[in-house]
Amino acid sequence: MVFLLKSPFGGFRGFLSMEKIVLPEIKHLHLIDVYLANGGFNAARKAFSQSPDDIIDQVKKSGLRGRGGAAFSAGLKWSFMPKTTTKPKYLCVNGDESEPGSFKDRQIFEFNPHQLIEGILITCYAIGAKTCYIYIRGEYHKWIRLMENALADAYRHGFAGEQMKEKFNTDFSCEIYVHKGAGAYICGEESSLMNSIEGKRGYPRVKPPFPAQYGLWGCPTTVNNVETIANVPPIISNGWNWFAKIGEPKHPGTILFGISGHVNKPGVYELPSGTLLTDLIYNYAGGVPGNKKILCVIPGGSSMPPLRGDQLEGIKMDAESLKAAGSAIGTGGVMVMDEDTDLVKVLARITKFYYHESCGQCTPCREGTGWMLKILNRILRGEGSVNDLDLLISVANNIEGNTICALGDAAAWPVKFMIERFRDYFEERVSKEIKLPVANKVHSMRKTEFPLAEIKN
Amino acid sequence: MDFKFTRENLDKINDAIKRYPDKQAAVMHALWIAQAQNGWISNEVMQEIAKVLEINPEDVLGVVTFYTMYHQEPVGKYHLQVCTNVSCMLRGAYDIYETVKKSLGIENMQVTADKKFSLEEVECMGSCGSAPMIAVNEDYYENLTVEKIEEILKSLTLTLSKEEGV
Repeated sequence: MVFLLKSPFGGFRGFLSMEKIVLPEIKHLHLIDVYLANGGFNAARKAFSQSPDDIIDQVKKSGLRGRGGAAFSAGLKWSFMPKTTTKPKYLCVNGDESEPGSFKDRQIFEFNPHQLIEGILITCYAIGAKTCYIYIRGEYHKWIRLMENALADAYRHGFAGEQMKEKFNTDFSCEIYVHKGAGAYICGEESSLMNSIEGKRGYPRVKPPFPAQYGLWGCPTTVNNVETIANVPPIISNGWNWFAKIGEPKHPGTILFGISGHVNKPGVYELPSGTLLTDLIYNYAGGVPGNKKILCVIPGGSSMPPLRGDQLEGIKMDAESLKAAGSAIGTGGVMVMDEDTDLVKVLARITKFYYHESCGQCTPCREGTGWMLKILNRILRGEGSVNDLDLLISVANNIEGNTICALGDAAAWPVKFMIERFRDYFEERVSKEIKLPVANKVHSMRKTEFPLAEIKN
Repeated sequence: MDFKFTRENLDKINDAIKRYPDKQAAVMHALWIAQAQNGWISNEVMQEIAKVLEINPEDVLGVVTFYTMYHQEPVGKYHLQVCTNVSCMLRGAYDIYETVKKSLGIENMQVTADKKFSLEEVECMGSCGSAPMIAVNEDYYENLTVEKIEEILKSLTLTLSKEEGV
């Protein structure tokens, strides 16, 4: 696709900072005619002339890593799909996008839906799937309509369904459907998403078996993020070599960074992986209002470990660099908090979210998120003591790793790392004296006349 | 109160069924369609869906109670959803929330006496880059200020009174 190499700013390959792969700046690209005029569906045509294994191989070599949070190699994931099976295979595209701080997939639904559709065709061909479900969160009524309109256009033009065979002169065809969620963060977890598509409560499943072995209705299934799939057509068009050279070699390509909170120009910026976090905040997002100092940054959506504002220098935005910096890339949702932010309030709000969204299957997560919230609220009321901080970390440690899915970890990390990294800040908010965590109900019921202090003596 | 799908909606459900290898998978579609027709999901609605999809009513109930967007009680004509999650909170979401509560005189998950408005404090709606935000039924209102939310509430009330005037 030629348009990928040029941008309205006159940037060419080599001038990588201007390269836009997923959201090129072309007017009305959401219209199928415009998409076609810019080389749309040529990548699919090219893909169908090669073998599925070739496609998987190219995507593997390109180094494309999942954009949904785990940053797992997309090509490797596809290669787990069994080659010989009598069962139907499925592709699920994860557009649940419910991670606080993450708002990138909706841009793809709105501004470049046909590239997503083309990516789906290529992916289905590569893994041998005949059916694809695009799972979109229920709150995105508008974007569901936009995606459904684009899909209807693609069908009308013969770029999906049975007519594909004629259009592309191939034996392959696949059906694409939109599945509307109904308000459950947990459905962004792949096995929960599959249960939701099956019309069940969105409980995560125990793994193994992994989706490639036992997915939708027990059949081999691949689940990929919207942004991951939208990256596939350019890789096929321009070659894996081209893609592998963009950004950081270990996590190549561009990433849609959604930046929010205390910045002058919040929004989604498509930038090469490895862009400096400070560059993103100060150059692209216009810095902090009032030129205030930054207290804390969460670099990848609310479940990722927060970073201290005084330690942002030199941190690059890609999976490996952020891991080294003690956090993770997640969904690329960057939340910036200035020096006047009440971090206890922020942490309590984050914890309230996980408490609300825990599906309730595993005890550590169901109970632990509630306990953490209670303790944080106690600190907010000014009734916390220094042992509450250790108690919070202890509860977080007992959730982490002890649940079926990663929501437990997602709830534990912010608490654990926020307190560890901002210990000084939190200690100022609690009393140094160790107190009993709850009012002693037994004594109050018995109307004991001894105040607690006297009992201690 | 009995509930029956309209002919048109029944066709829509049958269309949805064709997308999946089994009928249960169409339950979320059916619930959305039912909510659009009935305004909320009553026991009768769940029983009817179970009948149409040939599944147990308990399984429909299980789905309804899991997902927050299916209303198990009637909501107002305008259902206001205020996001107070971190990105919105940092940009003043609680001021918006308090303003809405005060001007409507209701608390979270309540409906006004005239059944025109209802309020729900919601989790992240994916509008972090245009925070703070509220959703009124299906539409997002973004980049809000207290003045803007007051204006929105006024214009919604005006629309209602115009409708009643007709």
